[in-house]
Amino acid sequence: MDELLKILKENALESPRDLARMLGLPEDEVKQRITDYEAKGMIRAYQAILNPNQLDPNSVQAVIEVKITPKREGGFDRIASRISKFPEVESLFLMSGTYDLLVFLAGHNLREAAHFVSEKLATIEGVLSTSTHFMLKTYKDHGVLMEDKAGDERLPVSP
Amino acid sequence: MNLTKDKGRRVAAHLQGIPRSGIREFFDIVSTRQDVISLSIGEPNFVTPWHIREASIYALDRGATAYTSNLGLLELRRAIADYVRESFQIAYDPASEILVTAGVSEALDLAVRAVMNPGDEALYHEPCYVSYAPVIALAHGAPVAVATRREDGFRLTRARIEPAITPRTRVLLLNFPTNPTGAVLTHDDARGIAELAVERDLVVIADEIYSELTFDAQRVSVAAFPGMKERTIFLNGFSKSWAMTGFRVGFACAPPDLTEAMMKIHQYTMLCAPILSQKAALEALRGGAPDLARMRDEYRRRRNLTHAALNEIGLPCHRPEGAFYAFPRVGGFGMRSREFSLRLLDEEKVACVPGAAFGASGEGFMRCSFAADLDELREALSRIRAFVKRL
Repeated sequence: MDELLKILKENALESPRDLARMLGLPEDEVKQRITDYEAKGMIRAYQAILNPNQLDPNSVQAVIEVKITPKREGGFDRIASRISKFPEVESLFLMSGTYDLLVFLAGHNLREAAHFVSEKLATIEGVLSTSTHFMLKTYKDHGVLMEDKAGDERLPVSP
Repeated sequence: MNLTKDKGRRVAAHLQGIPRSGIREFFDIVSTRQDVISLSIGEPNFVTPWHIREASIYALDRGATAYTSNLGLLELRRAIADYVRESFQIAYDPASEILVTAGVSEALDLAVRAVMNPGDEALYHEPCYVSYAPVIALAHGAPVAVATRREDGFRLTRARIEPAITPRTRVLLLNFPTNPTGAVLTHDDARGIAELAVERDLVVIADEIYSELTFDAQRVSVAAFPGMKERTIFLNGFSKSWAMTGFRVGFACAPPDLTEAMMKIHQYTMLCAPILSQKAALEALRGGAPDLARMRDEYRRRRNLTHAALNEIGLPCHRPEGAFYAFPRVGGFGMRSREFSLRLLDEEKVACVPGAAFGASGEGFMRCSFAADLDELREALSRIRAFVKRL
């Protein structure tokens, strides 16, 4: 992966100026490359990574395994595309193995999540079955640990 | 003579001549302050990669709590032999030419003690890590500093060493990449130094603990040149490469007679390196290549950021090619480096070690470690900027 993308993936808030210094490139070139990545759609969005353990205690997150019958035209993609448009769906993947789609769901509360599964998802034509697992606690998300960092154990001065 | 009353005489005479480390003095000052951002730390700010820690935990779980062979676990020595052959193109026999030590610090002490006779001279280049001259003096040798200069990017060349050689010179101690200057050995310089060592029959002790942190240049070891393996003690370890300082595990590679000599001292004083650390080291060598690349890349970015920022601030700084230290000149403000560092600490709460702690030729410079969290590094640089602006 391009080093610029690596750094941004870790911290999207890096300023073009510091990016330029770190990469040893002119600042204008860094800006241009970011613009190009955005235009090409390689960089799709910039988001904050939140700690769900500290958010609204009623909110729920679930993963749902979905079995579907592929459609004649469009295969899995047409059903997947339909499911992905629901705003509750945070992530969606086509999987190998005993089920076909894996849905990551975020709901404001349990009722809303249940409603989505029973009324929206299960009723889509071609969806054969669903199996919902609620998440109990987040330890790590997007490569970020949710526990507080241990302090610096190092001595303040060493040779 | 009553040694209890006459306290001035109960400490061994040769030890009395050795001053406390300048780092130690600075540490005592910094420790009394609150909320200081420290760029004075000579160790990685990464925690040891998890798979390496886990290997040590697993070993403990399985009851690995015994002594190992004096030389170190054979498995580990074999892995070290493979690593040194692949990375440095030098072949050592794991049975007789590799000794695992409690950090490269122990290896350095063993190496010096194994070859020095009282009064022998050992050459080392300055500015340098604080231990070299004291370790030579502790072995009853005479340390002789060869100054390197900022104008040459703190490079060491044959021409700089040669005038310092006398009939008593026995050892040449090299540390590349260098703490605190970040200088590396170029291929040509290394060849010149190797030829000199052969011509003048010197034993070379090559402390290459920072070798994995070589950023742009091709990594070279003086031990790889013709005629050098038989006269070189090659020192390396895991502390900097894999962020394992607290494990205290390093190694020395040398011809069998020198390895045997070092092993004798090690056997009677240390016995063996801690087994859990050896197990961790083995895991580092087996599965740790991606860690090296990841950490090196991060250090390179911080190096670039620090180097650019210091020059913008008006603290002229050559580009460090290795290790994790920038060594800017701070001598242009009518202050000694110690005063500069202390004022920076007082006024902006940033701790950087004064260059004089690394030898007389370090005067006029300051060591800024960029083994620091990126945000802290940025904050520290902006404070240094504010400080310099006021001068």
